Amino acid sequence: MTIGTPTVDTLENSGKRIVVDPVTRIEGHMRIEVNVDENNIIRNAVSTGTMWRGIEVILKNRDPRDAWAFTERICGVCTGTHALTSVRAVENALGITIPENANSIRNLMQLALLVHDHVVHFYHLHALDWVDVISSLSADPKATSALAQSVSDWPLSSPGYFKDVQARLRKFIESGQPGPFKNGYWGNASYKLPPEANLMVLTHYLEALDFQKEIVKIHSIFGGKNPHPNWLVGGVPCPINVDGTGGAGAINMERLNMVASVIDQLIEFNDKVYIPDIMAIGAFYKDWLYGGGLSGKNVLAYGDVPEHANDYSEANLKLPRGAIINGNLAEVHPVDHADPEQIQEFVTHSWYRYPDETKGLHPWDGVTEPHYELGPNAKGSKTNIEQLDENAKYSWIKAPRWRGHAMEVGPLARWVLGYAQNKAEFKEPVDKVLKDLGLPLSALFSTFGRTAARALESTWAGHQMRHFQNKLIASVRTGDSYTANVDKWKPETWPRMVKGVGFTEAPRGALAHWIKIKEGRIDNYQCVVPTTWNGSPRDPAGNIGAFEAALLDMPMSDPAQPLEILRTIHSFDPCLACSTHIMSPDGQERTRVQIR
Amino acid sequence: MATAETFYDVIRRQGITRRSFTKFCSLTAASLGLGPGAANAMAEALQTRQRVPVIWMHGLECTCCSESFIRSAHPLVKDVVLSMISLDYDEMIMAAAGHQAEAILGETRAKYKGKYILAVEGNPPLNEDGMYCIAGGRPFVEKLRWMAEDAMAVIAWGTCAASGCVQAAKPNPTRATPVDKVIHGKPIIKVPGCPPIAEVMTGVLTFIITFDKLPELDRQGRPKMFYSQRVHDKCYRRPHFDAGQFVEEWDDEGARKGYCLYKTGCKGPTTYNACSTVRWNGGVSFPIQSGHGCIGCSEQGFWDQGSFYDRLTNVEQFGIEANADKIGLTAAGVVGGAITAHAAATVIKRVTTKREKTEAQHGQETPS
Repeated sequence: MTIGTPTVDTLENSGKRIVVDPVTRIEGHMRIEVNVDENNIIRNAVSTGTMWRGIEVILKNRDPRDAWAFTERICGVCTGTHALTSVRAVENALGITIPENANSIRNLMQLALLVHDHVVHFYHLHALDWVDVISSLSADPKATSALAQSVSDWPLSSPGYFKDVQARLRKFIESGQPGPFKNGYWGNASYKLPPEANLMVLTHYLEALDFQKEIVKIHSIFGGKNPHPNWLVGGVPCPINVDGTGGAGAINMERLNMVASVIDQLIEFNDKVYIPDIMAIGAFYKDWLYGGGLSGKNVLAYGDVPEHANDYSEANLKLPRGAIINGNLAEVHPVDHADPEQIQEFVTHSWYRYPDETKGLHPWDGVTEPHYELGPNAKGSKTNIEQLDENAKYSWIKAPRWRGHAMEVGPLARWVLGYAQNKAEFKEPVDKVLKDLGLPLSALFSTFGRTAARALESTWAGHQMRHFQNKLIASVRTGDSYTANVDKWKPETWPRMVKGVGFTEAPRGALAHWIKIKEGRIDNYQCVVPTTWNGSPRDPAGNIGAFEAALLDMPMSDPAQPLEILRTIHSFDPCLACSTHIMSPDGQERTRVQIR
Repeated sequence: MATAETFYDVIRRQGITRRSFTKFCSLTAASLGLGPGAANAMAEALQTRQRVPVIWMHGLECTCCSESFIRSAHPLVKDVVLSMISLDYDEMIMAAAGHQAEAILGETRAKYKGKYILAVEGNPPLNEDGMYCIAGGRPFVEKLRWMAEDAMAVIAWGTCAASGCVQAAKPNPTRATPVDKVIHGKPIIKVPGCPPIAEVMTGVLTFIITFDKLPELDRQGRPKMFYSQRVHDKCYRRPHFDAGQFVEEWDDEGARKGYCLYKTGCKGPTTYNACSTVRWNGGVSFPIQSGHGCIGCSEQGFWDQGSFYDRLTNVEQFGIEANADKIGLTAAGVVGGAITAHAAATVIKRVTTKREKTEAQHGQETPS
């Protein structure tokens, strides 16, 4: 087998060890340890998931129609995407089809999540890795206004506006109570933006905080609330009634108008705020193209956003599907969730035990027994870890591999696949960004590339939302108001034993749930989620995971300040509650099941 | 160095005049039976008081509470963070990480002893010596207890912190434990819901800083202002319940007309929350309005009460509402009589069984 990723053989852990715990501005809990050489360049990286909840164990013997609500609580940031994956898995197992309107509404909800998650990720979890808050205080509001107006016609751009925002920020920061900005790495040499660009993006940080709550109104309309909207096996719970008695309490013209209004707003925000900010950052960070890791080598996506209901084949999915290995963009491999040779999980470096840890297991055959222990070279104690021993077990995350390869998943993986498949809607925006910044294709495989792909995807998703909104209205116009198929709602109608798989592209990447239903109850439930792929520890062949690979060879301007580590890790948008929930502690051997 | 933004600064910025502010202080002082001197003292305090430090910690959770918090429409979370509180530690949004983040905890503990609010999202697992949730190399529960020692009060955000939620559902593999089981001797305000409503979260927090006291709590430790009535009590579909008009199956005629979701498993009749009044996402909707029954996400142990689609008739001690089927049939024939009978029956049931029911449910220990 060819190993196309960095392996432990190339790592040098003799240098100074730096520990970052907690890694903040992520979902959940994680720890990073790196070794830097005498030039402060990272030569070894260790990524650790530091939480575990055990949702699948809890799901056992429950009603499969309830599973969406449990799995939705895996993550409140990518809220809804696990629920959608779950209803798809149950529908796949039971052979339930959904109405076209339900498909359009589910797509609207999933796409709204993509936009919301990407906007909040960039501005509130990631921007402070690129933007120096203190520097923004020395910006000239007039020059900031000129900069903003040169990159966008967004109306909030007058000198007076930036002056007011700056005054408010100054008062806040100089109050002695700078809240979330306290102890930041302000003034670090790795910050590259001039004060005016810092003030512009920071102003948009505040605007995005106001705006993000509008995006999720789409979840509220169709699912009743956000975070954690409601879903339904067989369709969606919201009925459509545009022209009859009681229409005021259903999806009606007023509701559809609100959806349309939100879509218009988010398209405008993407075009006039998010994309210009990314381009401004790209312009000043074009010499800082570290952090590519596996993105130029091994990427994986399952595909999502079905144009027509009930068809999950590659041709019907609007987000790309496939795998690229060893950087060969000329060949996109097909991906099969049911093939036991393709997706396998390893635990040699995870806090679990397998009978034979040299081998990986397909999710359907998973064996899980928690086994928390530190390696012989770890420093500290069991309940006070000072330094981990990466040659032993060191994470609550398993190591999934595709045909033995460590893979990167997420927006960049999807866009690399779309690019490789020569799809214009993915290739053209990428080429335009690169051309406008004067960068070669190789620049895409970087921390910035990951961040830019997310912004492009947010824009793409906004236009897809408009498409499905129009499609929904066109369908209602023809007299089709169906939103739920109840033919197989009752468990009495189900076969005694079935199994299935559901998948989505979560904001953070490829997500799949495998389910087995026996006598109306969940017999087995397994999830392999995006951050399990990206945040995975090493495997027995020595392949390292995507987070670890991305940190290698990256210089730090000040090893006491983990700014560059945060910037690169955040570019993946880690979700640790997702990645580490999946193992069961009962140690039972999983029954092998076949996909329908 | 500029001075900190005070309560006075905030209300001035929000367009309230000096004159109104003075009047507010006088009236408040008068209503408390205090003299004119007190009004001046109050005005002085409100003009100079620093923002209350808030430490927001995360245990085993999914971050839905933080996500909900930032959805607040009034006040905007931007204004909460910049002008009302001092959010000195929150792993979700803070710029610092690692040592620089951890340092803030110790500093706040020392500098604001007894003066900061500890907000907890999620809960600590106690199995495996607490190492199912590791923070800074140590069990999260240690860090939580340590920060609680010098806090003024603790806010338990969401059902995780209040009563355990999904990771504490049976068989609770990590022994995820609500915060009031590991923190003792501190006032704990439980704000349940998965997640809680955004404006309820900011409402509780701003109540404390505006009125300078903790909200009145019910016997479970929840603010009475938001959690003392059932979703069912204020549901706009309640007239359909009383009239015996129900959704029989998804997307049927009743569903399209907005009939009551009781028969599809709605837990509104046993769920204490403000969803049907405050609603969600700036008042846009709430679960029932969008066609799905309430799943009871603010109630203790709601994951282990049977399927979300099981009718509440399956719950013991539910009383007359168990007969909704019958009432529905009756209503089709004698509508007026059925409404009267049912309304009366509902009142009787409320008086006789509500307390029992509530106590029975609340008496449960979290599974461990």
